[in-house]
Amino acid sequence: MRKIWTIAMREFKVYFTSPIAYIVLAMFAVVFGYFFTSGLAFFMDYSASVQAQGGAGAPPLNVNQFVIEPSLGNMSIVLLFLVPMITMRLFAEEQRSGTIELLLTSPLQDYHIICGKWLGALLLYACLLLVAVLNISVLFLYTTPDWKPLLVSLLGLLLMGGSMIAIGTFLSTLTRNQIVAGALTFGVLLLLWVLNWISSYETSTFSRLCEYLAISPHFEQFSKGVIELKDLLYYVSAISLGLFLSKRSLEALRWKA
Amino acid sequence: MIQVEGVTKRYGPKTAVSNISFEVERGEIVGFLGPNGAGKTTTMRILTGFLPPTQGTASVAGFDVGKSPIEVKRRIGYLPEAPPLYPEMEVGDYLRFVAAIKRIPKKEIPRRVDAVLERTATGAVRDLLVGKLSKGYRQRVGLAQALIHGPEVLVLDEPTSGLDPKQIIEVRGLIRSLAGEHTILLSTHILPEVAGTCGRVIIINEGRIEASDTPENLTAQLQGANSLLLDIDGPAEEVRERLELDLAVRKVVEHEARNGRTVWRVEADKDDNLTRRLAEAVVTSGWGLYGMRSLGLSLEDIFLKLTSDESAAVQAEEEIPEPVAESDPSADEGSESGEGEDE
Repeated sequence: MRKIWTIAMREFKVYFTSPIAYIVLAMFAVVFGYFFTSGLAFFMDYSASVQAQGGAGAPPLNVNQFVIEPSLGNMSIVLLFLVPMITMRLFAEEQRSGTIELLLTSPLQDYHIICGKWLGALLLYACLLLVAVLNISVLFLYTTPDWKPLLVSLLGLLLMGGSMIAIGTFLSTLTRNQIVAGALTFGVLLLLWVLNWISSYETSTFSRLCEYLAISPHFEQFSKGVIELKDLLYYVSAISLGLFLSKRSLEALRWKA
Repeated sequence: MIQVEGVTKRYGPKTAVSNISFEVERGEIVGFLGPNGAGKTTTMRILTGFLPPTQGTASVAGFDVGKSPIEVKRRIGYLPEAPPLYPEMEVGDYLRFVAAIKRIPKKEIPRRVDAVLERTATGAVRDLLVGKLSKGYRQRVGLAQALIHGPEVLVLDEPTSGLDPKQIIEVRGLIRSLAGEHTILLSTHILPEVAGTCGRVIIINEGRIEASDTPENLTAQLQGANSLLLDIDGPAEEVRERLELDLAVRKVVEHEARNGRTVWRVEADKDDNLTRRLAEAVVTSGWGLYGMRSLGLSLEDIFLKLTSDESAAVQAEEEIPEPVAESDPSADEGSESGEGEDE
């Protein structure tokens, strides 16, 4: 565990000694801030009009459902762009600069290196979530949102991000060119993102399969505060698959290097 | 300490290393010599567990590289040709990171880092970013990285490539100072490096081992004969006859004409007193001796002889345009001495 942690901490620190962390955090803060503020504005507008129509007797609108849920749902779109930026360098950079030789000739197992790098990237991703939480916590000053579904959504986001990062980690082992790794990651994530669109006009087994394989529908239940086993299983398998493929790819790297 | 047995490495159809075997004893400094692309780096990468061999086995300190890679990696310090440095880290942080992944206990890390910084004289750059270092410092930090876990075996791939002459001397000195504590295998294509630092040389070419011996023995073995250049002021025929009188002398050739004198090339059997006797003979005959130089085979010649079939062709070509060669006597001498060995 200490070996994984050593690798992870180095990766995490590198994000902050290079501009990557700041760019990713700033972009996220701006975009998420915009989603959140506009969602909040809409909510206030809408609830004011409901109050006006229904009078004092109307039940108050649910802030979880109208503000937190959509803004966190939108957040996953931002991830499509940010995750490739986070993961593209993980292995591509090491291959380009030759430092991969240091890692592969150190007394480490491949999984120490892979899990360490994945974890390092996940830590930066967790910082993004922290920015989101900071925004949302403003709500607690003025109203009383339900914190349990919020916690579950955060867990869902962590799992979804973890899956995306695992895929990005794998794709980064394939090339020594960061741009190629980033573009590949973006392409694959986008494809996984839109895979369920097919199910809106088809109901064949194939489209159901696509819907299951798509990455975003599995977050829906989480965002409502529901942990479903199939969603949990999907994300955990996606993470394992990404890391497993990375390991295989690293082994292949030794053969062809 | 290092044992390589019948190792072959193929990349697709290309064979990088072909059935090589060698051993390195504890405490030895062995130079791995060969032209670029000879298979030096591949062999080192196999030893360090970076690449698996296609065939054959390699073991370090008694552990098989394929079967117990972790044990081997703990005992090897490896400096690849391009030092594996992270430009965005400070030197101290970098070494602490390397120490941690080399499984040094946490408590011991600060002590080890201090020790290697001192050893490689890099204490002054401890707080600088690796990316800001000069080439010489990078190489030394690379060495520090290889030394940090106190490995029994050091594998250094072209440790002086790309350095300026002063840095080369410093790095060589550093490597020599590491002898004894560590068993060292270093690769190079620069010959003086081997002569100056290594106790034994393994010459590798096109993936095969061509020779393995001490630098002195290699020179002696391949030399066999002695050639001398004598710059003499005297009547040509008499000089030739007088020189041929010496029993050790096998052949006397007019090498070139210089300032009205003749430079003779004398080929003779190995004889320690030859120089002295020839000088005496010239002087007692009343001629002037303007210069005398031994044309011993240098490691360069041996290297070329062993590693390239083309070099023979190149030498032959060089000999044809005699007048042109005159303008560059040193090149001419080199090629002729090589030719002398072939006879």
